[in-house]
Amino acid sequence: MANRDDSKPNPDKANRRPPGIYLDNQATTPTDPKVVEAMLPFFTERFGNPHSVHHAFGWDAEEAVEKGRAQLAALIGATPREVIFTSGATESNNLAIKGAARFHRERRPHVVTLASEHKCVLESVRQLEREGHPVTILPVGGDGLVDLDLLAETVTEETAVVSIMAVNNEIGVIQPLAEIAAICRDKGAYFHCDAAQAVGKIPLDVAALGIDLLSISGHKFYGPKGIGALYVRRRPRVRLQPMIDGGGQERGLRSGTLPTPLCVGLGTAAAIAAEVMVEEAGRISALKTRLLEGIKGRLSGVALNGHATLRVAGNLNLAFEGVDAEALMRAMPRLAVSSGSACTSTAVEPSYVLRALGLDDARARSSIRLAIGRFNTAAEIDTAVEELATQVTRLRAEGSAAAE
Amino acid sequence: MTAYLDYNAGAPLRPEALEAMTQAVAAPGNASSVHGPGRRARRLVEEARARVAALAGAEPAWVTFTSGGTEANNLALRGLPAVRILVSAGEHDSVLQVVPGAERIPLTVDGLVDLDALAAALRDTPEQTLVSVMLANNETGVIQPLEAVIALARAAGAWVHCDAVQAAGKIPLDMATLGLDAMTLSAHKLGGPPGVGALLARPELPLAAQQLGGGQERRRRAGTENLPGIAGFGAAAQVALRELPAAARLAGLRDRFETEAGRIAPDLKVFGAAAPRLANTSCVAVAGLPAETQLMALDLAGVAVSSGAACSSGKVQPSHVLTAMGASSSEAASAIRVSLGWASAPADVDRLLAAWGDLYRRSQAA
Repeated sequence: MANRDDSKPNPDKANRRPPGIYLDNQATTPTDPKVVEAMLPFFTERFGNPHSVHHAFGWDAEEAVEKGRAQLAALIGATPREVIFTSGATESNNLAIKGAARFHRERRPHVVTLASEHKCVLESVRQLEREGHPVTILPVGGDGLVDLDLLAETVTEETAVVSIMAVNNEIGVIQPLAEIAAICRDKGAYFHCDAAQAVGKIPLDVAALGIDLLSISGHKFYGPKGIGALYVRRRPRVRLQPMIDGGGQERGLRSGTLPTPLCVGLGTAAAIAAEVMVEEAGRISALKTRLLEGIKGRLSGVALNGHATLRVAGNLNLAFEGVDAEALMRAMPRLAVSSGSACTSTAVEPSYVLRALGLDDARARSSIRLAIGRFNTAAEIDTAVEELATQVTRLRAEGSAAAE
Repeated sequence: MTAYLDYNAGAPLRPEALEAMTQAVAAPGNASSVHGPGRRARRLVEEARARVAALAGAEPAWVTFTSGGTEANNLALRGLPAVRILVSAGEHDSVLQVVPGAERIPLTVDGLVDLDALAAALRDTPEQTLVSVMLANNETGVIQPLEAVIALARAAGAWVHCDAVQAAGKIPLDMATLGLDAMTLSAHKLGGPPGVGALLARPELPLAAQQLGGGQERRRRAGTENLPGIAGFGAAAQVALRELPAAARLAGLRDRFETEAGRIAPDLKVFGAAAPRLANTSCVAVAGLPAETQLMALDLAGVAVSSGAACSSGKVQPSHVLTAMGASSSEAASAIRVSLGWASAPADVDRLLAAWGDLYRRSQAA
């Protein structure tokens, strides 16, 4: 600790997490140290290109990639050959939705999704609309859930794909996947499920649920950034038009050199999740209860957005009556939380997801998302409660003083 | 000990890149989040963007990070509203397969794009024509006359995209001065991590995003930024630029291999020998000595080389690049590629020459 010169890189300092409490685990999660450890050799000495078929470097890399694929497949009840590696859930969602609709353009051009889906799903659907596909964007209930009767009326023999997420990224609501799958199967439409926020958090079995396409993100469950996957059912076979062509990797569905270390990291994250998921959900759920009860014990005028019980363990989306969420976040620089999804958070518009629940502008603008993850502690939750209670009280007092 | 001589397929990570990635992994933020961790992540991304731009001789704002060279090539070719696309016959599959209907400009026997043919093809071409020519070939290392290609395209009002994946870090790049519209880079070919690349494109270019969503990368490529990958790419680009003068040392190793191998095998053919080539790449063939035989013997002897592009090397068809250079099918089926990189040492070439000499003499005795 002798060297205090900040201008020089200090590995001790660099490897320490930034100060503060990270409660934004739905934007991204810290990479699990075990994942980092598993990846490291494949960045350095085991650096072969997994598509090099003529030497030991390539074979070693290929074996590692296939192990990662098998680990991920096991987590979601798929066979390894049904897992296509991509650069992340955004690419997976684009490939699933645009790929399915474009492939079936002649006979099944129709696409269905929900108003509360992730931006990359909605943007993909809007792109298809521009290309001439009929699309339906269904509303959701005040609790954030799909209206199954309405969905059943909407899906027809001309529907190529229905895209509905497993867990909402802002409000954490879990959709009734098996029921949605049954409706799709009845009409022969593919059911695509954006499970970026669900994989590794809630049990998912694509075979048992009847899901045809499922998007996975590495960095949302303690794996690396820059990698994700798309589950593509083989029996009966789901057909897609690829988005990225080239060397024909990933059975022609996604060209490009596979990043071996990232495939290893994603597989390791899946293996860890399979082992700890149940216990972890219980622990995170207890932290969430502690957070919610702590806040409600200190503050009035706090409302939960989204269904009260059908939601993922780590998520709280809370409206603080009379408080501007942006001002609240600025007042708590040590607390990393968000007012919406990260990719749209530079825009100061109120969350379209909260608007889709029928919440008015004022409530949407006073809402923040608290997302608890694997590495949060009870002490952090207590500090967060203290910080929130103090700053909300202060802002409300300032607000009423200004109004007088 | 193994001699790794397949750098054009993938290079080991530079220590500087590993360090940058280790730091980035410790920063848990999403670069699009507005809180402290998010802003720290954003800073790392922007720092890397500037470093990649510096390597390419471009502005930081031109850099769109992608998942790799293949995605970047796809983005350029699908994202531009081109009504006509011309590509060289020696392009990588990530160009050729994206636009199967593109017109292919032939290569000369030396592996250079045929400028007369390109000029003829560009005569009276409609507006919104796109020309895509790589800077250096992945199989032969032949460096294309990009300035001449750009001059012809400019005169015809066409856009030019250049796949510079194999050239980056080996020869200087100067996108701004060249007047190039778009350029593809890949991190893992220059000592950065796999899973990240970039398309550099001028901001005024009407490039439509192919991967849609949260509007990241100035709306040219959606998706959460691969923070450690991008940081590693930036660090590798910085080192590659700094060590560019040293990359020429590889020519000495490469030339020694070719000279010695030519002494062992007087019938050795060096593809592209008469053209400007990257210092690190050698593509050689002895007609009648199958590549498969050579690669197996070399692997057993602890030498890793390849028979062409890694992604297509599972296929047993002759290389489209060598075929376009007029190689016979027997020649093309005998070609092996030796590619050196930043950690290559004379001992690697010694080992290759010893093993290759043995197998050649065995084949002659048989």
